[in-house]
Amino acid sequence: MVGTGRRCCGPSGATPAMNCRAEVLEVSVEGRQVEEAMLAVLHTILLHRSTGKFHYKKEGTYSIGTVGTQDVDCDFIDFAYVRVSSEELDRALRKAVGEFKDALRGSGSDGMGQISLEFYQKKKSRWPFSDECIPWELWTIKVNVVNLANEQERQICREKVGEKLCEKIINIVEVMNRHEYLPKMPTQSEVDNVFDTSLKDVQPYLYKISYQITDSLGTSVTTTMRRLIKDTLAL
Amino acid sequence: MDTDLSSQDRKDLDKFIKFFALKTVQVIVQARLGEKICTRSSSSPTGSDWFNLAIKDIPEVTHEAKKALAGQLPAVGRSMCVEISLKTSEGDSMELEIWCLEMNEKCDKEIKVSYTVYNRLSLLLKSLLAITRVTPAYRLSRKQGHEYVILYRIYFGEVQLSGLGEGFQTVRVGTVGTPVGTITLSCAYRINLAFMSTRQFERTPPIMGIIIDHFVDRPYPSSSPMHPCNYRAGEDNAAVYPSVEDSQEVCTTSFSTSPPSQCVFTVTKAHFQTSPPMVTDTLKVPVMGLAFSHQPAALGVGSADMGYPVLFAGGLNAAHPHQLIGPGKEGGVPPVPNQPAHGTQADQERMCTPLDGVYYSAATPSSSEDTETVSNSSEGKCGSPHDLLETIFIRKVGAFVNKPINQVTMANLDIPFAMFAPKNVELEDNDPMVNPPESPETESPLQGSLHSEGSSGSSTGNTHDDFVMIDFKPAFSKDDILPMDLGTFYREFQNPPQLSSLSIDIGAQSMAEDLDSLPEKLAVHEKNVKEFDAFVETLQ
Repeated sequence: MVGTGRRCCGPSGATPAMNCRAEVLEVSVEGRQVEEAMLAVLHTILLHRSTGKFHYKKEGTYSIGTVGTQDVDCDFIDFAYVRVSSEELDRALRKAVGEFKDALRGSGSDGMGQISLEFYQKKKSRWPFSDECIPWELWTIKVNVVNLANEQERQICREKVGEKLCEKIINIVEVMNRHEYLPKMPTQSEVDNVFDTSLKDVQPYLYKISYQITDSLGTSVTTTMRRLIKDTLAL
Repeated sequence: MDTDLSSQDRKDLDKFIKFFALKTVQVIVQARLGEKICTRSSSSPTGSDWFNLAIKDIPEVTHEAKKALAGQLPAVGRSMCVEISLKTSEGDSMELEIWCLEMNEKCDKEIKVSYTVYNRLSLLLKSLLAITRVTPAYRLSRKQGHEYVILYRIYFGEVQLSGLGEGFQTVRVGTVGTPVGTITLSCAYRINLAFMSTRQFERTPPIMGIIIDHFVDRPYPSSSPMHPCNYRAGEDNAAVYPSVEDSQEVCTTSFSTSPPSQCVFTVTKAHFQTSPPMVTDTLKVPVMGLAFSHQPAALGVGSADMGYPVLFAGGLNAAHPHQLIGPGKEGGVPPVPNQPAHGTQADQERMCTPLDGVYYSAATPSSSEDTETVSNSSEGKCGSPHDLLETIFIRKVGAFVNKPINQVTMANLDIPFAMFAPKNVELEDNDPMVNPPESPETESPLQGSLHSEGSSGSSTGNTHDDFVMIDFKPAFSKDDILPMDLGTFYREFQNPPQLSSLSIDIGAQSMAEDLDSLPEKLAVHEKNVKEFDAFVETLQ
């Protein structure tokens, strides 16, 4: 699990969240394109779900820092995207995508899997109950890894996947544009329940990334489920 | 109605919309500059970054936008449009996209201006950043510079989509509701880029010095001048022009202990901006489909002991210039590894092959001149048009070849302790291009080469004025006194005689005969049609 350093106990999918909207995107890519394709989508989502750092002042007002952006060219796909200029955020995403990619490549996988980006809010509970994580937006990217036979097919794949990703970006922007539920802007005491304040240059909404690999038997192995079971037992 | 909106809110809203319009133009134009944009995040607010986004302000663009707006704001029927078009070096131009910032009458009274509207405008700008990289014009703009440039034009008023051709597509970036109307940002882009896709992007000199006030007359009533997006002209677009190192792939043949089919070779492109650093003979081989087999063997060229002429010819795939096509052992030719110019090989030993009529020169001082001529002519040919990819095969001489400098010579056999070896068949007989030397003289080159490096040229030069033999040492060959040693083996089998069927006369004759006999053969086959049919049926 990546995202905040703090674990959020309680199964994220189990609690029925009131305003959790779910979006699903599907891509078919070649093995070496997985990383770039995932990063492109995740960064585009996080670009829209990050603000500048909040600086609270007296009387409950706050000022917001500036978010920089940068262009990223893909090496294996004819595609370019914009991401937030934050090395910490980029590292966190790369780590998650790297784990996903390795899991996809691993044994028992027939090249199908999905990676999920969930935005959640924390709701403080009284002891002994731990904080609740209430998701309000869930993005799922289903990945199908294809194997190509020759260079010509790979070249066509480069272009095709590039075009597909363009469509995905347009889809993402469309969803963002609906201006549906967003958590209220928090007070200073509540800011950590809404935003991830651990980064030093930008402030994304609290998020977590998880993934599932469909193994060849058709059963899905959820890494998050395993960890959550461990956590609840550890309680 | 405006009475619901406080005056402060109204002022704020107007300011937001104005700066939003200016930032929109900045984002769009910057996305078409052809460069990657990078701005830094800053945790402490600077106060000048509108919408909490680090978007640089190019002064000329702001100036143009303000001029187009002329103090007005987008309103119903008055939209702000940014037109992106492409102009080729020949003067053709084509509209690619129109970005429209429009306002409609649908108001959202409940919304809070200073807070929600501001944040939503910020979100819309982020969406614009994402969408500007996704339309087809982005990729075109990244490649601009040599053949075409991207221009922008800002106008205010009615949206004009007629220049986009048929079947243009629209993508909506987003909308933000405000108390005075709903702001909509969208893009209409041309999809019929037919005349662009068939273009070959040749490497032509860049369009020089496009100055910022280069005006083009437009036939629209609300005309405004077109401006280049790459206003920072003169910047060489390195992506289009590969650097010398990239375009130069030097092929070296090096000997390997494996059979002759496994020889490494590389291809040098005709486009040299500087002369190759290493001193080798470059040989232009006409690109024909001569059979060859190739398997890249990873050899340390420096350790190759043999300066062995190996000839190849192959087809060159223009799309993958570093890939040679030909019947390879694996059935598909793997891309030729890009080996750096072997500067260590530049021991100034050259070899010339007789293939394209560039003959060897004498060992006399004139040989060095001829050598120069050979290399100059080859390199002169290398100055040919940039996009002409010719297959040039360079043959290198092994490091330890015992040969004087600057001598165009022909390979010969050199066996250590040759005086103890039995007399071998003179291998030059195999070489059809070479005048067979007289047999008594064959020994002197062999012996002469043993004695000294410097004198080998002179001693061998005594025998023939036409060519000079060089020493020839196969790598890893033993100096045993077998009648057939490695070097001999190679020499014998390296230049097989030409197939009789390939010779022109015989080939033509047989072709004529074949054509003549065709009618007869056809008649015979027609008679046996039933048999053939039965045979085919048994196969099914």
